[in-house]
Amino acid sequence: MLIEGFGAHEWQIVALSLRVAFVSMLFSLPLAIIVAYSLARHQFIGKTIVDAIVHLPLVLPPVVVGFALLMLFGRRGPIGSLLDQWFGIVLAFRWTGAALASAIMGFPLMVRAIRLSIAAIDPRLEVAARTLGGSRAWVFASITLPLALPGIITGALLSFARGLGEFGATITFVSSIPGETETLPLAIFAFTQVPGGDAAALRLSVVAVLLSLVALALSEWLTRRFATHADGRR
Amino acid sequence: MVDVDIEQRRGEFALAVRFVVDAPIVGLFGASGAGKTSVVNAIAGIGKPDRGSISINGTMLFDSVRGIDIPPERRRIGYVFQDALLFPHLDVQRNLLYGQKLCPAVDRFIEPARIVGLLGLDRLLRRAPMTLSGGERQRVAIGRALLAQPRILLMDEPLVALDAARKDEVLEYIERLRDDVRIPIVYVTHSRSEIARLADAVVVLTHGRCTAVGDAESILNDAAMVAATDRYDDAVMIEARVVAHDSSDRLTTLDFDGGQLIVPQLDALPHDRVRVRIRARDVALAISRPIGVSVLNVLPGIVAQIGPRVGASVDVAIAVGNATIRARITQRSLRKLRIGNGHRVHALVKAVSLELRGNRYD
Repeated sequence: MLIEGFGAHEWQIVALSLRVAFVSMLFSLPLAIIVAYSLARHQFIGKTIVDAIVHLPLVLPPVVVGFALLMLFGRRGPIGSLLDQWFGIVLAFRWTGAALASAIMGFPLMVRAIRLSIAAIDPRLEVAARTLGGSRAWVFASITLPLALPGIITGALLSFARGLGEFGATITFVSSIPGETETLPLAIFAFTQVPGGDAAALRLSVVAVLLSLVALALSEWLTRRFATHADGRR
Repeated sequence: MVDVDIEQRRGEFALAVRFVVDAPIVGLFGASGAGKTSVVNAIAGIGKPDRGSISINGTMLFDSVRGIDIPPERRRIGYVFQDALLFPHLDVQRNLLYGQKLCPAVDRFIEPARIVGLLGLDRLLRRAPMTLSGGERQRVAIGRALLAQPRILLMDEPLVALDAARKDEVLEYIERLRDDVRIPIVYVTHSRSEIARLADAVVVLTHGRCTAVGDAESILNDAAMVAATDRYDDAVMIEARVVAHDSSDRLTTLDFDGGQLIVPQLDALPHDRVRVRIRARDVALAISRPIGVSVLNVLPGIVAQIGPRVGASVDVAIAVGNATIRARITQRSLRKLRIGNGHRVHALVKAVSLELRGNRYD
C-alpha cells in the first residue's frame, strides 16, 4: 500500500524535505559551534542577550518566527532586498527560505546540545595543548572539537529532526508551493484538508516516522562510535 | 637559567616574586597557597602577571615594560600538570607525539624512541589514557612535555595525586631524566622529601613572596624553609659520600664535611654521593664523649644556635665540621647540662634512625 500509491509527487515531497532539513542543519552547524563555544567558555558583554536571542525560537510561536522572517527576508524586507540587489539571492517562497526557517527553529536545540558537551570538557586540556605548541585554532580543531563530537552529533540530529517537522515558520515565510517549498508536514496537512486525502496523508506520515527512526538510529550509532573514542576506550 | 621578577594581584592574593636561579633541578618550594602554581603558570604563559619580566636561558618570554608577552605555544616550555591532563581521545602514542609534531624539525633534539625507552613506555603506546595507572599517566605526561622539545620542564606537584609506591616509581624516572636528558627542570612541591631527593637549588615561597633562594643543602637546613612549611620539620640534610660497606654487620660508612657516619647498608658504590636526613628528635647531646653507649655515631661539634623552643623541648643546632646537625632535647636537659652557644658538645646519632635519599630508606 505504501509503495503502490507513491508517485512522483510523493517522492518529490520526501526528497525536498530531506534536502531542506539537511541543508539547514549543515549550514547552521558552524555558527552553532561558534555560538556554543562562546557561551560555554567566554564571559562577554551582552552574553545574556545572545543567550536569549538564541533561545527565542524555542519559546516563540513558530508562526511569529515565520512572520519575522517574512518581514526581514522578504523581497522588500531590509535584509531580503539587500540580498536580492547584491547577490541576486531570493529566499522568500523558495526552498532555501524553507531551509532558513528550519535552521532558525532548530538552532537553539543545536546550540544547547553542543554547549553542554563543550562545557563538559576540562578547559585545562586546552591549556595543556597550548603549552605543547598548539595555536588556539589548532587546539580547537584537535582537542575541543573531537571531544565535543557526541554533542555536535546530537545537536545536528535535533536540528535535522526539527527541520523535517518544521511547519509554522515555513508555511508563513515561504508558503506551501508544490515542488519548491512543500515539505512533508505541509503536504500531510494539505492532504488532510481535501476529501479522500487521508490515505495519502497516512502514507506520508509513515514515511516521516521511518525517516525519523533512521535519523535517530544513525545518530545513536555515530554517538556511540565517537563517544567511546572520546572517552579513550576503543 | 630562570630569571623571574613578577608582580600579580588576584583579589586578596598578592604575588611579588623575584629570583634568578641556575641549576639542573630547581625546587620551587612552599606551603599550599604560597603562589607556586601562579609562578610556573606565568613562566608557561598561562597566567599573565600584572608587571615584571620572565626570561629562560636568556630568552625573554615576558616583559611588561617592553610589551613582550610570547603566547604559550611559542614559549617552548614543557609543563607537567598535577593530574597529567592526557588527551582522552588519543592513545598514549598520539599523546606523546602531539607536541613533537607541532615543533619544527630543526628544533627537535629529543627523539621519541629515547623518551619511550627512558620512561618505560614501550608497552603502553597503544593504550588509552583511561586505562593507565596514576604513575603511568604521569610518565606519559612527562614524555609528552619533553617531546614538545622544551627549553625547560615545569613540573607542578606531579606526584601529589599518587600513592607512596607510585610516587617512588615516578621519582626514579625523574632522576633518570635529570641524568640522561639534561634539560633544566623547575619542580614545584610542598614536600620536603621530594625537594631533598631531587633539587639542586631551591626557591622558597611564603605567602606570595620569595623568602629564600640557594643551594638545596643550605636551604633545607635554613630557618626560612622551616617557616615556609606548614608543619614544623626538624630534619637536616647532610651531603655525604660512600666510603665502605661492612657486609658482616650490614652497615655502610659515609664521609661528610664533619666526619664519618655509620648507616644501615645501602645500595650504593664507594664514592657515590648520597644525602642523609637526620631528624632532630633522633639526635641526643652529651657534654663529654660518652662511654658504654649503643649509639654508633658520636660527632664532636660546637653549639651554633639554641632555639626554637616548642613545649618542653628545644632544638639545638650543632656545627659539626662544615655541616650542621640539629638536636631536639628537653629544656630541662639544656639547663642541667648548662649548654650555651659556642660550647663543645657531642651529637649522638643512632645509625638505625638515619634516612637516605634515593633508596629504600627514603
